[in-house]
Amino acid sequence: MAVIEDVVCPICGCVCDDIIVTVEDNKIKKVKNSCSISATKFLNFHKHRLPSPLIKKDGDQIPISLEEAVEKVAKILVNAEYPAIYGLALSSCEAQGLGVELAEEIGGVIDNQTVTCHGPTALGLHDVGMPTCTLGEVRHRADLIVYWGCNPEEAHPRHLKRYSVLSKGRFRKEREERKMVIIDVRKTKSTKQADLFLQIEPGQDFELMSALRVILNFDEIEEESVAGLPIEKVEEFAELLRNCEFGIIFFGLGLTMSRGKERNIDAAVSLVRDLNKWAKFSIIPMRGHYNVTGMNEVTAWQTGYAYAVDLSHGYPWYNPGETSFVDILRRGECDAALIIASDPVAHFPKEIARNLCKIPFAVIDPHPSISSLLADIVIPSAFTGIEAEGSAYRMDAVPLRLKKVLEPPPGIYSDEEIISMILEKIRSMRG
Amino acid sequence: MELLIKNGVVYDPINKIDGEVMDIAIKDNKIVDMVDESKAYMIDASNKLVMAGGVDVHTHIAGPKMNTGRILRPEDHYGDVAPKTQIKRSGGGYSTPSSFVMGYRYAEMGYTTAIEPANSPIKMLHCHHEFRDIPILDKSCFVLFGNNWFVWEYLMENKLDECAAYVAWVLNATKGYAIKIVDPGAVEAWKWGDVEFLDILWGRPQTMDQQVPRFGITSRDIIRGLCKVNKLLNLPHPIHVHPNGLGTPGNYQTTIETMDCVKDLADGDKPIIHMTHVQFNGYGGSDWVNFRSGAYEIMKYVNANKHVSMDLGQVIFTNTTTMTGDGPFEYRLYRLTKNKWTNADVEVESGAGIVPMHYKRNNFVHAVMWAIGLELALFAKDPWRVFITTDHPNGGPFTNYPKLLSWLMSKEARQRIINKIPKRAKSKTNLESMDREYSFYEIATTTRAATAKILGLKDKGHLGVGADADISIYDMDPKEINPSKDYKQLRKAFSKAMFTIKEGEIVVKDGETVKSIDGRVYWVKPNVPSDLMNAMESELAGKFDDYYTVSMQNFKIPERYIMRSTPIAAHYG
Repeated sequence: MAVIEDVVCPICGCVCDDIIVTVEDNKIKKVKNSCSISATKFLNFHKHRLPSPLIKKDGDQIPISLEEAVEKVAKILVNAEYPAIYGLALSSCEAQGLGVELAEEIGGVIDNQTVTCHGPTALGLHDVGMPTCTLGEVRHRADLIVYWGCNPEEAHPRHLKRYSVLSKGRFRKEREERKMVIIDVRKTKSTKQADLFLQIEPGQDFELMSALRVILNFDEIEEESVAGLPIEKVEEFAELLRNCEFGIIFFGLGLTMSRGKERNIDAAVSLVRDLNKWAKFSIIPMRGHYNVTGMNEVTAWQTGYAYAVDLSHGYPWYNPGETSFVDILRRGECDAALIIASDPVAHFPKEIARNLCKIPFAVIDPHPSISSLLADIVIPSAFTGIEAEGSAYRMDAVPLRLKKVLEPPPGIYSDEEIISMILEKIRSMRG
Repeated sequence: MELLIKNGVVYDPINKIDGEVMDIAIKDNKIVDMVDESKAYMIDASNKLVMAGGVDVHTHIAGPKMNTGRILRPEDHYGDVAPKTQIKRSGGGYSTPSSFVMGYRYAEMGYTTAIEPANSPIKMLHCHHEFRDIPILDKSCFVLFGNNWFVWEYLMENKLDECAAYVAWVLNATKGYAIKIVDPGAVEAWKWGDVEFLDILWGRPQTMDQQVPRFGITSRDIIRGLCKVNKLLNLPHPIHVHPNGLGTPGNYQTTIETMDCVKDLADGDKPIIHMTHVQFNGYGGSDWVNFRSGAYEIMKYVNANKHVSMDLGQVIFTNTTTMTGDGPFEYRLYRLTKNKWTNADVEVESGAGIVPMHYKRNNFVHAVMWAIGLELALFAKDPWRVFITTDHPNGGPFTNYPKLLSWLMSKEARQRIINKIPKRAKSKTNLESMDREYSFYEIATTTRAATAKILGLKDKGHLGVGADADISIYDMDPKEINPSKDYKQLRKAFSKAMFTIKEGEIVVKDGETVKSIDGRVYWVKPNVPSDLMNAMESELAGKFDDYYTVSMQNFKIPERYIMRSTPIAAHYG
């Protein structure tokens, strides 16, 4: 029996690094410090695994050898005009880097889950930048914590305790020293924790932020209500923002994927920029997948852009709305795809998922998913962060080394190894 | 593999070779006395300039700041794409090039070593990630210590030995190379948005003794303390200091005060403080209206005091991206320019900021800034202590070095620009009256020999037997060319090395990368007495979790993860 400390959790963007895992006979017997999502994953990840590589034949998926599977994937990608590599947010930075290399090799698009989550955050950043900080800064200093369009209690269960409202910092030791505000369109599990819950009308975030900026910078607003909130409430909130010492806005998909999209982010950052006149203020996106931030970082240092990079010209080109995986599928241009550690069929709009199913595509994943059930080729992989090591970036871009605590099942390789095999195969096919 | 460079016109200041026609023999990755001429691969370097590979002492090439800069500015990449070739990975970016392209571009200019000057300890893994994807160059990274709570607490309690042990532990854990200090005290104040404190700090002249709120330490304490730590650990490079008041009119006084605050710690002629991108800290006047050059005053001090080395931070008239660990400065720059702005405060240790910048020739302030950088270089009496940088990408991308060299080597090249800057700017600097022109020997000193020496990289920056076979050959005849007049030809030759040889391998030919190899990563492994280290470590373990949001174990980067890890020992005491 081995007790492994400081295990880095490969689940959500919190990337907690204090998990204690007890291993016996290559099985996880016990986990400590983890949240319910993480504990469930650590204890059950070995169930319902993809047993072996599969290939679709007459509508059924039948087992094949890994060598054959790798060769088939290589063939699909080499023969395509405009292929795409998609996913990798649930994998290591090392696998991600190879993913970019593979996309370059085949002259395709490299894209990741950012396109369906914080893509607008990147677009907002292009416009106005982003004053941000690490989570430890929030822990030590924040006296005003705003969660906007997100639900940490259910999506990032340890966020409050480890990094924000309930954490113990150098300058803020008690819960009473901090104020927590939640802005959302509905009550959630998180809203119970808040000192102030502002329930706004759906799609009205931009209006609320604009109103706050007007109140802070210029003048009174003569409307009676904004975003479904009485104006007095908005003014009260503006005063709260202005009078704190260190404020932070955490924002989620409620902001990025609702009406306004990147304009919401532009407005949120502009609000934070303004607030720095009166208080110290920062903003942090609540990233979902544990290493989606890493995928953005890796893609950026290799190509210059964080997602939706088109390498079909022989150099990186970027124009979200034109070059993302979603866009090229929507237009029916993409003619082959390799999906790694992701389930786009489950998450993309129906029309786009349908287009994906019309083209040859392969899936690399530890577990069956809707995408894997529909794929032409499936290659099972090791679970990164449990069965394979590598690096990951927390939501605040702090990098950590994932640990390997177990051996993967026999014949099962990591994403990094599988992508290397495909890359090697393609190079040998091309001579 | 054996290589023989025949009949090159060699400049090798460490070995006092000044334009001698000679052969350089290479066996494997080292320079040797001789090789078998019949077997060796021969490069005919007749009438060509031969120098050691360039060594850049301060260039932001990797890590969180550079990468956020890339993401911030797609417009920086659109006009500057680098296609994939048989050898090269694709990429692009003018002031924030992608990692692969960064390596190729440096190598194609004849550079073989580049130092990333500022990373937060907690994010050092990111820097090493990018290092793996910067081909050809040897690299290392300085670590930010100037706003570190642990350092401050040790210094305030007068625990110098423990502080040294802590610094050694961090360098070892994160595989860093030297102590970097950025705007000491001010970054912590900015983390509270403490504008009142920052205003006092940015005002002169009593800046060094202002106490940081909630801590009470002063920037003088921090710089002196870390200078002593540096000496205790015998680190190969002196403390690398970005002083207070950067980018503020009148800050030249703070710069002089900063250099002077460690003067009494000097031993012999060895520099114990490196002042970085001094152009940004060389401003006279008291506001942007009476803004003037402070280069003369600074260089008067530097010339007279051997405990100081410095680099320029030259400004180029171009569109670039400023990025620094000096978060408060970038906030001010954002307020000034209203441009897009990124700030990134880092728990316990440091911060950073990024703002795009367009330096314009017809802008009075920018023109004076441009002149200050050149004045610093031209006033310098000792090229062994004054190095050429643009503080890439802050003053401008490193790809502008050939232009900068031509300004130093040709009064005419300078004058062409001086004629076009605002009249008022001319009157605020001494540049127009300066006749000095750098020689090839001085250029070889300031871009190679001296930078390798100040970094303590003994096998670099020269061509003597036993040196690393890192060599650049440029297509010009130093005996024929008159840099003073032929500065355009000079620029062309310096832009595209005829050959760049890295560790005995030809990596660049006719300005194009022909082979991509992995470079080394240098880091310092200080050797601290184990009882001192153990005591410090157990104390550190006690408060690590109180300060950080990562565990002490996960803070350490395993050595197997470092590409071509090359530790350099440093001995305590």
